[in-house]
Amino acid sequence: MTTIAPPVAAARPARARPDRRRQGWVRRAPLLPALVFTIIVTQLPFVLTLWYSLQSWSLVRPGSQHFVGFANYVDVFQDSQFRTTALNTVIMTVGTVLIAMVIGVALALLLDRKFLGRGIVRTLLITPFLVMPVAGALVWKTIMLDPTFGIVNFLLRPFGIGHFNWIGSFPLGSVMIEMIWQWTPFMMLLVLAGLQSQPKDILEAASTDGARPLQIFRELTLPHLRRYIELGIVLGAIYVVNEFDAVYMMTQGGPGISSANLPFYIYQRAFLGFQVGQAAAMGVVVVVATIIIATFALRLIFTSFSGTEQAA
Amino acid sequence: MTSADISTAEAGLASPAPRHVTPRKKRGNSLPLGIVGWVVGIVFFFPVLWMVLTSFKTEVQAYTNTPHLFFTPTLTQYKAVFDSGIWPYVANSAFATIVSTILVLLLATPCAFALSLRPVRKTRDVLFFFISTKMLPVVAAIIPIYIAARDLHMLDNIFTLVILYTAMNLPIAVWMMRSFFLEVPGELLEAAEMDGAPLRRTVTEVILPVVAPGLAATALICCIFSWNEFFFAVNLTATQAATVPVFLVGFISSEGLYFAQLAAAATVATLPVILAGWVAQRQLVRGLSFGAIK
Repeated sequence: MTTIAPPVAAARPARARPDRRRQGWVRRAPLLPALVFTIIVTQLPFVLTLWYSLQSWSLVRPGSQHFVGFANYVDVFQDSQFRTTALNTVIMTVGTVLIAMVIGVALALLLDRKFLGRGIVRTLLITPFLVMPVAGALVWKTIMLDPTFGIVNFLLRPFGIGHFNWIGSFPLGSVMIEMIWQWTPFMMLLVLAGLQSQPKDILEAASTDGARPLQIFRELTLPHLRRYIELGIVLGAIYVVNEFDAVYMMTQGGPGISSANLPFYIYQRAFLGFQVGQAAAMGVVVVVATIIIATFALRLIFTSFSGTEQAA
Repeated sequence: MTSADISTAEAGLASPAPRHVTPRKKRGNSLPLGIVGWVVGIVFFFPVLWMVLTSFKTEVQAYTNTPHLFFTPTLTQYKAVFDSGIWPYVANSAFATIVSTILVLLLATPCAFALSLRPVRKTRDVLFFFISTKMLPVVAAIIPIYIAARDLHMLDNIFTLVILYTAMNLPIAVWMMRSFFLEVPGELLEAAEMDGAPLRRTVTEVILPVVAPGLAATALICCIFSWNEFFFAVNLTATQAATVPVFLVGFISSEGLYFAQLAAAATVATLPVILAGWVAQRQLVRGLSFGAIK
């Protein structure tokens, strides 16, 4: 139930001959270990999550486990904190992915032009993506955004901003800044790959025909980049929606739950509140929502990267 | 749709748009662009640069309202980090990273083969399945994983992380390896088949040499993700099997007020991956886009 049903390709007419069947298994054999392993490790837990979500179960009270039906789900939908963190997750994901993409496109356009030391600048720009997320969040929390000693406040001092407490005043925004910093390089790299696969002769023909640069960008470059941008948004969202490290390191979801996203909130429920049943029910709700969104997202990836490929 | 259609669609799936080699209009190096580029590059790199600089300062130098740009570097902080017992964590991280990466390659390579050169029926469905596992929120799986690990006495056991990291990286590796397999020239395979070479020899002598760089790229990506992973590590390990990110977090709780020492610890934790990523930038893009982009 946790896999996304793809459009079913018409099967070949059934051939009952046993040697055919054996041949099929010979072909399938190399694939099976990976498939079986993935099903066991990634799908089985979700089935169990489904089962746990129907129980009342506190980890600290042995023997407390009993079946309660859909009571946990009723709780989840009545839980205003769940709604807040769900909204935070949406804001965080959409905000981070879109802003990172806009900056990423700009940087990719920059790197597509020639200038002195371009290779080094590219290397500098991809670095944030390689930084261990926990360390990146730590750096932003302390040496960048610290109210007293942080470098950001130092740089803003001429503009009359003194010891401003960024993380305290804008917890969600501060976490997002760190995430945008980490994800912009990824978007930039994908878009840059797109730019460099663009046929240059068409661009030249357009400019000799007197098209203005902005016109060329809007009419030719942007449509060409579309599928790379879509891919970046989908892949970025897959990772950003699961973001845990930055929230954990920078704000612990606080103050209150103002900067908690769903992964952090469910973690809190399960590992600090020990409410297995409730946390599992939240997990199921998140999975169902993800499946709905991902079905569209997957279709997008596949339409982008199957049919149009040869024509492009 | 016939199976032939599917396989051509499949082939197109991962093969990128042909790279056009038409020479671009000769544009000289632009100075304004260069300035903008360097400024932006330094802005993005700045937190990392500042982290490294801070790690060579004394705490007094790190704690100033007006940051020191020039100072006499000291290795005191690094000495403190290495004296604080980071090595078991590094060993755990290295073990989980290397073993899970080897497992991923062992599982993904034959799997990708069966999805590319000798495609099974429903190749597309299988690919869908693999990528869909990446879309599911990890947090929904952590509870049963935690309980299963507890009941199997596998909590705080490095092999638990090895298994989870293998599962985490396998889908990306399958997609990546598949895109490399699809690059093996068809003539080469046909020639080998005409010669009557057994499959084993075709694989080792014809296919593997072509995909070897791809294998290396895949391994690199898997290593990066495993080394940086925090969520599983913090929830499933305690003292025995904890990895470097967990060390870093523990370091903050105890050394919370020492910026310079924290910066040194963070530098030690991040440096291996940063260096690896710098060396293999091109492969990075390809792996991260699940092989869709070269």
